[in-house]
Amino acid sequence: MRFVLDAEQRLFAETLHTLLTDAGTARAVRAWAAGDTKPGRAVWSALAEAGVFALAVPEAHGGAGPLPVELVCAAEQLGRHAVPGPYVETLAAAELLGRLGDVPLAGTWLPRIAGGEALVSLTLPPAVPYALDGDVADLVLAAGDSVREAAVDGGTASLDPARRMSPVVPGEPLADAAREASAAAYDLGALLCAAQQFGLGRALLDVSVAYARTRHQFGHPIGEFQAVKHQLAGVLVELEFTRPLLYGAALAYRTPDFSRDVSAAKVAASAASYAAARVALQVHGAIGYTDEYDPSLWIRKARALHGAWGSPAAHRARVVDAL
Amino acid sequence: MDLDFGPAEAEFRAETRAWLHAHVPAEPLPSLETEAGFAAHREWERTLGRDRLAAVSWPEEYGGRGVTPLQWLVFEEEYYAAGAPGRVNQNGTDLLATTLFRHGTPEQLARILPPIAAGEVIWAQAWSEPGAGSDLAGLRSTATRTDGGWLLAGQKTWSSRAPFADRAFGLFRSDPEPGRHRGLTYVMFPLDAEGLTVRPIGRLDGKPAFAELFLDDVFVPDHDVIGTAGEGWKAAMSTAGNERGLTLRPPGRFMATVDRLVELWRERGDASDTAMRDRLADAWIRSQAYRLKGFETISREDDIGVEASLTKVFWSEFDVALHETALDLLGPDGELESPWLEGYVFSLAGTIYAGTNEIQRNVIAERLLGLPRGAR
Repeated sequence: MRFVLDAEQRLFAETLHTLLTDAGTARAVRAWAAGDTKPGRAVWSALAEAGVFALAVPEAHGGAGPLPVELVCAAEQLGRHAVPGPYVETLAAAELLGRLGDVPLAGTWLPRIAGGEALVSLTLPPAVPYALDGDVADLVLAAGDSVREAAVDGGTASLDPARRMSPVVPGEPLADAAREASAAAYDLGALLCAAQQFGLGRALLDVSVAYARTRHQFGHPIGEFQAVKHQLAGVLVELEFTRPLLYGAALAYRTPDFSRDVSAAKVAASAASYAAARVALQVHGAIGYTDEYDPSLWIRKARALHGAWGSPAAHRARVVDAL
Repeated sequence: MDLDFGPAEAEFRAETRAWLHAHVPAEPLPSLETEAGFAAHREWERTLGRDRLAAVSWPEEYGGRGVTPLQWLVFEEEYYAAGAPGRVNQNGTDLLATTLFRHGTPEQLARILPPIAAGEVIWAQAWSEPGAGSDLAGLRSTATRTDGGWLLAGQKTWSSRAPFADRAFGLFRSDPEPGRHRGLTYVMFPLDAEGLTVRPIGRLDGKPAFAELFLDDVFVPDHDVIGTAGEGWKAAMSTAGNERGLTLRPPGRFMATVDRLVELWRERGDASDTAMRDRLADAWIRSQAYRLKGFETISREDDIGVEASLTKVFWSEFDVALHETALDLLGPDGELESPWLEGYVFSLAGTIYAGTNEIQRNVIAERLLGLPRGAR
């Protein structure tokens, strides 16, 4: 047993972190929110080149996957940098298409996904009723008992300005008997959403700690006060006990425990990242409540993702059902 | 990255399971916080000791099995899954032993450890004083140099296990000059020593789980000083770190408790009570997180150091929540004597001892997050 990332996996995560730090994702988020997807698509291409999408695409279709541990590493960095775009949806779509077997849909789209040439969104009702960024996606799928290509019907703003949620109008079935493939896509999507939340929470803790060290009140850095310290310490405890659940679930991929373990990770990640966001807002005070301050983008995303890919209640129910 | 057990773990698991099946008492022992229960648990430690199972991770020369940390986790999983008795000598097997392995002399290791592994000597701890709790460095009991050793004087309190244990360890001020964390000496002494009075204190449910110690020139020979005289703080902190970490609360303990909680929920739970269902889910999720965290910890090559504070906050709060859930499931029966109630009362101490959770959060904030030290 060796339940820590190996050197190569750590290096992969570090590489993505450096790439995304250099890309300046806050600017890309604001552009994406304003309808300019160009900077966001540049980040998408860079991540494709780093091999992120190939991780979810089977080798037969030009990928290197599925590699769930590496996918969790990547999703964690996506969350840490609040990268805009339907990443989780595209990766879950790769899982869906990879499971459908020899259908034209898979042969056409999987190589494009692996190469970073396709932004794919999907719905998986009832947990995922809207297509994230459906209005800018190259392909929108409606998954469930069957898989259908779907048309989008406009888009609604989310609390997270980088998320536009589109209702869909499903077309003719492109694959029947898709229930198992859809369930697998849901599990992987929920896991990657949880990893994204974990990264988001870690980033919010880091920025809050940095602020608490420099912001002075009553002649002292506010981070000296125990009322502030203890909130930040509590967030670290929650995050540190979320990470093992994420990687434990990744290792349970394609075992009978996978759904249960994904749900456990999702419940913990939702709680930890939301706690991180609440504490971040409280520690920053009024500046954290402003639209113009970049960390507020992370704060809003934490709330948006809390109920995405299955509510905490739905995931808790899945855990209890598995006991 | 993997979570796979190898043949060495499988073999040790099978051996442990078979041994426990043959030896665990059919009826639960009386509470170890009572005189009769303490004696029964002392006898159980001897039973474990006869097959070198009281301290499996210690080297064989001291009465252990020399097993790996992973095998130790496996042992604890099996131990608690079998419903085996609580461990009355954790002060000895975990806390004192850890300190001795780091700071003890070969003579001390050879003399002190084997009787612990055999279940012959049960240890109490003597840290707190009436004026020194969270602020442990403020302690005032003294050790004064005398011929061939030291004379201890003063008062200790909340001394866990002291009403029925054989020996105790703790810190005493041997030099008032050099400052709060210097001039402290770490000593071991018998609880039946001349000049020592033990006054049991009833805990929240009235059971004498801890005691006050009054020391009136209690003699301690030099060979019962751990490490260098005056440098006891460092040695004590290595014990404290261990107490906060995994060893005091092995994951197997929570896994077994959650299994019992699931059973209780099946018997007493109401399917329409989704709030209770959510608490049950959280209990399972947290026990899974704690178990995996244990695997992560033993997989690391570095010492977790002050990260033990994260673990302490987590398990202590989890333990309370777990037992509160059980008592709520029991409804009006929750206040009646039961293993759940005993576990609940025990869990309430967890957020206080081994450094209160407020002290742990200070440690986390200052030493892991790098926030500035401030007034307490």
